[in-house]
Amino acid sequence: MKPFAYHQPGQIPEAAKLLISVEDAKILAGGMTLLPTLKQRLANPPALIDLSKLGNLKGITDEGATITIGAMTPHAVVAASKLVQTKLPALAALASMIGDPAVRNRGTIGGSVANNDPAADYPAGVLGLGATVITSTREITADKFFRGLFETALEPNEIITAIRFPLPLKAGYAKFKAPASRYALVGVFVAKFADGVRVAVTGAGPGVFRVPPMEAALSQNFDPSAIAAIKIDTDGLTSDIHAEADYRAHLVTVMAKRAVDAALT
Amino acid sequence: MGNVIGIGAAPKRKEDQRFLTGRGNYVADIKRPGMTAGVFVRSPHGHAVIRGINKSAALAAPGVVAVLTGDDVAADKLGSLPCGWGITDAKGVPMKEPPYPMLAQGKVRFVGDIVAFVVAETPEQASAAAELLTVDYEVLPSVVGVLDAVGPGAPQLFDDVPNNICCDWELGDKAAVETAFKKAAHVAKLSLVNNRLIGNPMEPRAAIAEYEPGTDRYTLWTTSQFPHVVRFLMGALVLNIPQHKLRVVAPDVGGGFGVKQFHYGEEAVITWAAKRVRRPIKWVASRSEGYVSDRHGRDHVTEAELALDETGKFLAFRVKTLANMGGYLSTFGPNIPTNLYGPLLGGVYTTPAIYCNVKVVFTNTVPVDAYRGAGRPEATFVLERIVDVAAAEMGIDRVEIRRRNMIPKEAYPYQTPVLVQYDSGDPVGCLDGALVAADVKNFGARKAASASRGKFRGLGYSTYVEACGLAPSRFAGRLGARGGLYESATVRVHPTGQVTVLIGTHNHGQGHETTFAQIVSDRLGVAFENVDIVFGDTDRVQFGMGTYGSRSLVVGGAALSKAADKVIVKGKKIAAHLLEAAEVDIQFEAGKFSVAGTDRTKTFEEIAGAAYVPHDYPLEVLEPGLEEQAYYDPVNFTYPGGCHIAEVEVDPETGTVTLVNYTAVDDVGTVINPMIVEGQLHGGIVQGVGQALYENAVYDEGSGQLLSGSLMDYCMPRADHLPMMTVATHSTLCTHTPMGVKGCGEVGTIGSPAAVINAVVDALSHLGVTHVDMPATPNRIWRLLQNASLPVAAE
Ligand SMILES: Cc1cc2nc3c(=O)[nH]c(=O)nc-3n(C[C@H](O)[C@H](O)[C@H](O)COP(=O)(O)OP(=O)(O)OC[C@H]3O[C@@H](n4cnc5c(N)ncnc54)[C@H](O)[C@@H]3O)c2cc1C
Repeated sequence: MKPFAYHQPGQIPEAAKLLISVEDAKILAGGMTLLPTLKQRLANPPALIDLSKLGNLKGITDEGATITIGAMTPHAVVAASKLVQTKLPALAALASMIGDPAVRNRGTIGGSVANNDPAADYPAGVLGLGATVITSTREITADKFFRGLFETALEPNEIITAIRFPLPLKAGYAKFKAPASRYALVGVFVAKFADGVRVAVTGAGPGVFRVPPMEAALSQNFDPSAIAAIKIDTDGLTSDIHAEADYRAHLVTVMAKRAVDAALT
Repeated sequence: MGNVIGIGAAPKRKEDQRFLTGRGNYVADIKRPGMTAGVFVRSPHGHAVIRGINKSAALAAPGVVAVLTGDDVAADKLGSLPCGWGITDAKGVPMKEPPYPMLAQGKVRFVGDIVAFVVAETPEQASAAAELLTVDYEVLPSVVGVLDAVGPGAPQLFDDVPNNICCDWELGDKAAVETAFKKAAHVAKLSLVNNRLIGNPMEPRAAIAEYEPGTDRYTLWTTSQFPHVVRFLMGALVLNIPQHKLRVVAPDVGGGFGVKQFHYGEEAVITWAAKRVRRPIKWVASRSEGYVSDRHGRDHVTEAELALDETGKFLAFRVKTLANMGGYLSTFGPNIPTNLYGPLLGGVYTTPAIYCNVKVVFTNTVPVDAYRGAGRPEATFVLERIVDVAAAEMGIDRVEIRRRNMIPKEAYPYQTPVLVQYDSGDPVGCLDGALVAADVKNFGARKAASASRGKFRGLGYSTYVEACGLAPSRFAGRLGARGGLYESATVRVHPTGQVTVLIGTHNHGQGHETTFAQIVSDRLGVAFENVDIVFGDTDRVQFGMGTYGSRSLVVGGAALSKAADKVIVKGKKIAAHLLEAAEVDIQFEAGKFSVAGTDRTKTFEEIAGAAYVPHDYPLEVLEPGLEEQAYYDPVNFTYPGGCHIAEVEVDPETGTVTLVNYTAVDDVGTVINPMIVEGQLHGGIVQGVGQALYENAVYDEGSGQLLSGSLMDYCMPRADHLPMMTVATHSTLCTHTPMGVKGCGEVGTIGSPAAVINAVVDALSHLGVTHVDMPATPNRIWRLLQNASLPVAAE
């Protein structure tokens, strides 16, 4: 790890200002992704801006038709939240499947979404639910937010403050864990709303994506059998030492069926 | 006063007090005055010529103390890293043994090969300076797989090693095997890969070296399983340091599994550098560094053929293997796929003729050496897999074909056609015990239940034997060992009767401090808590070959037992004098010396006191003091074995294999501490399950990059991968070790891969699947099912 300056601002504007004033400064949330890259000397930011003292970024609020989760809320808190378990159990289940207890206690929803790891779980939930990413300057819909491999719509000086989730009629998440990393080899989030179904896939490609044919089929008939025959094109899917593209494509269908199953039970 | 806790008891482990309370003393915990930090610069290429190295920027960086490269090693005329075994081919021609310089000279041969050593005031400064070192590489194509390495046009690692073949080794009667194959009613054939593994001990490797100009003495603290061997190999053969000027200390070590039983270049470099900079230097490997520098294990490609008569009796077995050695010969490298592999191909069967040919091959990968089991898991896997293949092809039940070929208990000692003679064993007894313990009788019902949930269930057997307790020196010498393989122990009885044992083995997780204390407590009748075991320091312990090959109890424990016997003999002499009786009339039992047939006794403590306060003592015939030493060289290997039964469930939709039951009934000879034996079995089985289902070291062809170079990519087995296991012993006593012990450190790893894969194949056999290579990952199983003849339906 190389030396860096460390800031712990108390206000969002102060944090945003610091972010602009120091070139290549990085936001530090739970540090679960950022710190290993520093330790391996893969990233060498001159300054870290720790968001942990911004009290209003932590916590979950109930707005009736939506739930808003502060960016600095750790995965373990989401997983254990009675509110999320009651109103959006699929998201609590998703949070409980992330990493291990240590990672869930430190890692945050804001960090996960900002990082947009192609195998992370939250992006599937955020996109699958059509959530809104709230930042220090604006609101961005999930469909506009995720832009492929570690890319998002965030500007360099933009800070995620919260994510707002609409409440579906039913939702489910099914994750096939990569054996070594336990990230999603393939994870599928399915959500049924009054006006249709959304299906979002993580792990299979360079970034989270939706599956329109499955959404259409499930909007007609919200049952695993409706999508059993839908095959995903292997074009653009990831092939690596853990799984070949056609296997990942196969798993998308299997996991989508299981996600629907989970939503129905 | 505490109690005697003897052989067969299961006290909690003495060492766990300090480990579980965070008070262990590992190399990384040690700080020396004025200590600097060292960082190794490693090759980022699998294969390249070093055109030049420019040190100037690195030398000018803040805090830098020294930057050393292969040129400095050459200038100091230091030796090459030695190989401890010299094998020969069928014609008696010695293996090719190219030099292994401790810092690369002229060429790098694997990603991770050491190119330079940077010493600075702090680890951060050393890392920063290391990044400033410019190495001018001419990158060459790499070859990583054995089949490619021996093929035409393959990149050649060494100018004088044609086709990258280090040795074309063979064992057995080739002609007899050919004759038997001609008479066979059936020949089963199998091609398989034994996957490359990375040991991943919990504690990464580390070293600290220090030089004292006043005494011209060096001290090396290192994460080693055999400090005396490091002292010898490094001092005598690499750095030319006289043995009495070199102290090697291996303090608490956090797991080894073989990874720490080699003399590594890092140890030599840091010791050499410590004298040059006249300051202590510390190096602690990162996990990532371990992946590309810790010796790897396994990596075979094999073709096997088993000849059978019409009743399923094995007539002959023929095995051809290409074994990957990596970029250089490591300490035991060429011994593992040859001497520890071929002689095990007889298994527990009466196969009369066996022939084995192993081509030992260099590739642009991390050197391959011993990893828990070392050669024997590979042999067991080939044999136990092909037995299943033969059974299926001939329509004979898998248990029945094993029974028909097993060596009966009465036939021991049993001479195999491949060098080794088993002293004792009862394979049928282990099999019968395991069949009951695994509830094989009701497997059909469990399979049906799985099927009703859309899952395929399978059962797999592995009835195996291994050779451990390395090793009879005379025998090993004939096979090419360049050192001896005995062990030594000193029993030091203090004036107050407490005991310190100094032993040449090394405890790094096996519970020696407990097991060995039980042996002494048992023998001498002293309280368990009054015995301490000292190991891992060449200045304290007389000598030792260290811990590997399940040898600590078998060879070290035997030395300890002999030394304890000598203490008793001397104690009797003292007692005879003090009790005014003839020596032959003195009996020793339960910690008391007594005159037979009388009530005259002296306690062990009284005798110890008299030995050190010799006021009334037979000084004319006996020296004062009560301390005895013994060296023990075994007359044979020991041959633990047993029967393992794995039960798996396969999800055909995702290809996921779940291990649902595991049963092991093993013959490990006398059990000193059943809790520790069970723990060794559990750990060993898990490592074998890891090989069968999860672990795989993968290199990129061409570039030689390790693709599975982190815990994110190399899958270690975890608690939630495993069922509760049923582990039991069915022991016959070893006929030649003092306590009848056979060793248990590796049996789990040796028996389990075949059991698991046989279970996976069984689960899929109705689809025409006859073999699955390891690891049986979900992707691999799914692919097999895609290609299988029957449709996969599971809703
Ligand atoms: C062993 C291990 C296992 C894991 N397993 C999983 C898994 O199974 N599934 C999974 O989804 N994830 C997994 N993770 C990742 C984990 O969920 C991380 O916590 C998460 O990806 C990053 O969150 P963080 O709070 O730690 O962010 P940090 O590491 O602090 O930051 C990550 C990145 O996001 C930026 N950032 C952070 N917060 C904000 C913000 N509010 N606004 C703008 N930018 C921000 C940072 O600058 C940085 O670039 C695992 C991590 C580890 C170490």
